[in-house]
Amino acid sequence: MGVLLDAISWLLLSLGGVFVFIGGLGALRMPNLYTRMHAASLTDTMGAVLIIVGIMLQAGASLAAIKLFAILLFLLLTSPTASNALASAALLAGMRPGEARTEDEEPGK
Amino acid sequence: MYYVAIIATLTTMALALIRALLGPSVYDRVLAVNMFGTKTVLLLSIIAFLSGRPDFLDLALAYALINFIGVLAVLEFFRRGAIRKASNNKAGD
Amino acid sequence: MTFLFSAFVLTLLVVTALAIVRTGNLFVAIMLTGIFSLLMAVIFFLLDAPDVALTEATIGAGISTVLFLGALALTGEHERTGSTNRPLALVVVIATALIVIYATFDKPRFGDPQAPVQQHVAPWYLEHTPESIDIPNSVTAVLGSFRGYDTLGEVFVVFTAGIGVLILLGSAPAMRSGKDRTRPVRSSEGLRHYLIPRVVGRFLIPVILLFGLYVQFHGDYGPGGGFQAGALIAAAFILYALLEGKEQALAVLPRQVLTALMVGGALLYGGVGVASMLLGGNFLDYSVLTSNPITGQHIGLLLIEVGVGATVMGVLLSVFHAFAARGGHEKC
Repeated sequence: MGVLLDAISWLLLSLGGVFVFIGGLGALRMPNLYTRMHAASLTDTMGAVLIIVGIMLQAGASLAAIKLFAILLFLLLTSPTASNALASAALLAGMRPGEARTEDEEPGK
Repeated sequence: MYYVAIIATLTTMALALIRALLGPSVYDRVLAVNMFGTKTVLLLSIIAFLSGRPDFLDLALAYALINFIGVLAVLEFFRRGAIRKASNNKAGD
Repeated sequence: MTFLFSAFVLTLLVVTALAIVRTGNLFVAIMLTGIFSLLMAVIFFLLDAPDVALTEATIGAGISTVLFLGALALTGEHERTGSTNRPLALVVVIATALIVIYATFDKPRFGDPQAPVQQHVAPWYLEHTPESIDIPNSVTAVLGSFRGYDTLGEVFVVFTAGIGVLILLGSAPAMRSGKDRTRPVRSSEGLRHYLIPRVVGRFLIPVILLFGLYVQFHGDYGPGGGFQAGALIAAAFILYALLEGKEQALAVLPRQVLTALMVGGALLYGGVGVASMLLGGNFLDYSVLTSNPITGQHIGLLLIEVGVGATVMGVLLSVFHAFAARGGHEKC
């Protein structure tokens, strides 16, 4: 049982690492802001879920597992909200999805 | 076994930093900072377990809770800037 | 392996620092400062200093960004470009850097048990924490009791900084009230139209407050204490102000209350010291507060941590409101 749990947790941690890495790569390589945001949110949700569940399996039934669950819950609540707020801010500043604007360095002007 | 996740997280932090340095728009930088914050939460959680000190998870919890205040402040900043711009245009500034 | 991680994170830190210096756009600099703070927290954590890392986390994650943006709203977006050709300054900087680098050759290796810092008072503190204060987190024992004077000094520094900002940006209500009426309410209503951040934020505010109280009172057992808790609770109210508008936030916690917290916290800390003097001990010697010295230490630590928390919270929120009150009303 312990070996099985270890194996599952190892698998989850590695998968989570892969997701996080792909998301990071996407955030660097995607052509415009909204696609980059899509890639970045992948690391915030799927990557975070896999990694934290992976650690939770290692923690077993303890206070640490409860804290990890809380961390996961708050991450799942806050990062999509932050993405939403960021997308709103970008839209507010007149950045339309689909066009690759690069010169917009001066907000509030 | 934690190392795969740690290395992936650190690599992604570096990628996010490159994105923050490249821009091009300010929103890309905000996105990079936000992503960096989540990666920090993950990294701290993994390291807390790797070093066998799960008490230190409080730190990751603190980040998970208040990390997005910064992004909300950015949104508020742009909103205020847009209002100011509008009123300035009206005043013929 | 930890060494490799530290080296990697330190490299990222240096890159970020250089980028902050190089950029002329202040908004970009603020965003990079956020990354810098996150990296600092990771390094503190890798060095086994969770108390400091938690302070960096609570201040750096949200509050400093919010305050920097508040300051940026009062000034321009771009750094003023002066002449970059200053040979004398360059020589001074390079000479100082060389001296500092030369000085590091004399430093003991990282974690060297023979280093003076490990030989001097640190072993004494670690030895005496269990018997004379009896709390698991020796950092809190050192900060609150053994080095109570230093922490009192820090609280007064924070307090003075708060007063300084209030004097500079001081919100004279009489001056503002006239403008308030002419100005549409729109400008200060916060993010009220953004439904999703608002719903999530409303859920998070009580959780952050609860976590702040946990950090406040759990500081004897784990990482945390007054500074971190004050910053966390201030973060919760700043979140409220961002979501509901600062007028609403000021209605919940008026300026007078914030000032009272600011002053009261510092007074409480000093008062504990005076009380222990009146009871026949030294200034800030909590052992005399009750008949049992260890219980006295616990009560003393609890009180001064509350004092620290109240001052930090009062100062951070006062500074935030001082910036916010200016930003909404004046054209820059």
